[in-house]
Amino acid sequence: MSIKLKALKKSPWVFHVSAASCNNCDIEILAALTPRFDVERFGILLVGSPRHADALLVTGVINRKSLPRVLEVYNQTPKPCLVIAVGTCACDCHMFKDSYNVVGPYDKYFPVDVYIPGCPPRPEAIIAGVVKALSKL
Amino acid sequence: MRRVIPIGPYHPLQEEPEFFKLIVEGEKVVELEINIGYNHRGHEFLSPKMTYEQIAYLVERICGICSNSHPLAFVQAVEDAANIKVPERALYIRTINHELERIHSHFLWLGLAGHFIGYNTVWMWAWKYREPILDIFEMVTGNRNHYAMNKIGGVRWDIKDEQIPIIENILLEVEKATWMFTKAILDDPVILARLRDVGVLPKEVAIDYGVVGPTARASGVNIDVRRDDPHAAYDRIEWDVIVFEEGDVLAKAKVRLFECLESIKIIRQCLRKMPKGEIETKVDEIPMGEGIGRAEAPRGEVFHYVRTSGMNHPIRHKIRAPSYMNIASNAYACVGYSIADAALTLAAVDPCYCCTERIFVYADDKKIMGYEDILKLSWELTEKLKRKYNKI
Repeated sequence: MSIKLKALKKSPWVFHVSAASCNNCDIEILAALTPRFDVERFGILLVGSPRHADALLVTGVINRKSLPRVLEVYNQTPKPCLVIAVGTCACDCHMFKDSYNVVGPYDKYFPVDVYIPGCPPRPEAIIAGVVKALSKL
Repeated sequence: MRRVIPIGPYHPLQEEPEFFKLIVEGEKVVELEINIGYNHRGHEFLSPKMTYEQIAYLVERICGICSNSHPLAFVQAVEDAANIKVPERALYIRTINHELERIHSHFLWLGLAGHFIGYNTVWMWAWKYREPILDIFEMVTGNRNHYAMNKIGGVRWDIKDEQIPIIENILLEVEKATWMFTKAILDDPVILARLRDVGVLPKEVAIDYGVVGPTARASGVNIDVRRDDPHAAYDRIEWDVIVFEEGDVLAKAKVRLFECLESIKIIRQCLRKMPKGEIETKVDEIPMGEGIGRAEAPRGEVFHYVRTSGMNHPIRHKIRAPSYMNIASNAYACVGYSIADAALTLAAVDPCYCCTERIFVYADDKKIMGYEDILKLSWELTEKLKRKYNKI
């Protein structure tokens, strides 16, 4: 295992990207950080900049206005990085796929490693998804 | 010298994508430009393509925090259009859900506000005490966040007798926590110094901007849809509207904290007064017509207008969410304070951008569609619809 991957697995820092979501997956991500679920025990930390991140938690569908911004965030993230799609919207656009402003799910634009379905997925499901992503490496 | 400081669209302090341009002179903010649209998904466009049952799920996904208010307003609009009488027990269950949602939303805001002023203990505490509320939701409706509780003609799930003591126990715990927060915030000189006289929105300005909900009530504007136009079971219950006069961030925090206590009071009365009986009426057919539904979401008044077609889907569905008015008031409230206060003032209206998003259409790169153009487009669309439905 290269030293980069080892560092990534030891304590994955996540950056949270919400393109056009209903806020609920974002709340559940935050709930996973707060006392009941408390993923900070395992070294998982929400960071303020994509340049510090090992993993991107992406939520919501991408719309026309947020697409260039989301791609910029992805390009700023140091590689190798994990991309974890949280929620059904991020996996396959859910009920918004017919909308005029929605340009598609994330995997149309960059590779996604783990899909966590659910509307919204429970914090346990998000934690399980992150664990699966890490064990894949 | 004027400088521009951008906040967003992906900013560590914000959960949602939105873009503010702070124009500053030294430390002082002199102007604020608000740029939204990163969250627009086109609900009003999708709604007429779906059946009424599906729309209740669709409008729930406008906003994850107000996911009881939007469906409630929508089903009330359809019930208004079709003259459907809702059973008494269903009204009480709707009220209970609505108030539980208010408590969890206000706790969520309190936590984030604590996070914004760098007081992460409040964040962790508030989110810890918010979890029991979500447990009630999970027990009653089966889901933590999108409850899918409202349907046209009633509610989907009943509150069972054996669940009532559990709910009351949790409420006791939450009430204790709310008092703890109230005392912790009102007694802490550091928080007081940080929040008092920051982002003041005077009463006249609040009325001019048309702000609603706790933002208006913190500025001394005494409005509340629950009292002014009672929906669900609010007219059968005794409770107070919390109003503060100061208009600063501290007043907004106080309004929300005391509203949590009022909500607990309302839920307790509902649990006691709730009559036995049916929880839904059977809806056969929704005739042609129009209806409006209003509900007091945690952020203010949610307004839904539905024009029914006589078939199983509406022709037009218009949604007005509270944050749309509240966010605009930031352009006044932020100006004149330091940059450090701006993030807090922006958060103090409890903004919810996913409710708010509108779209502006650029015809080409040069021309921006103005009011006249949009009016013309709207007329054309109405004519098209008229022709279409007259044929049928």
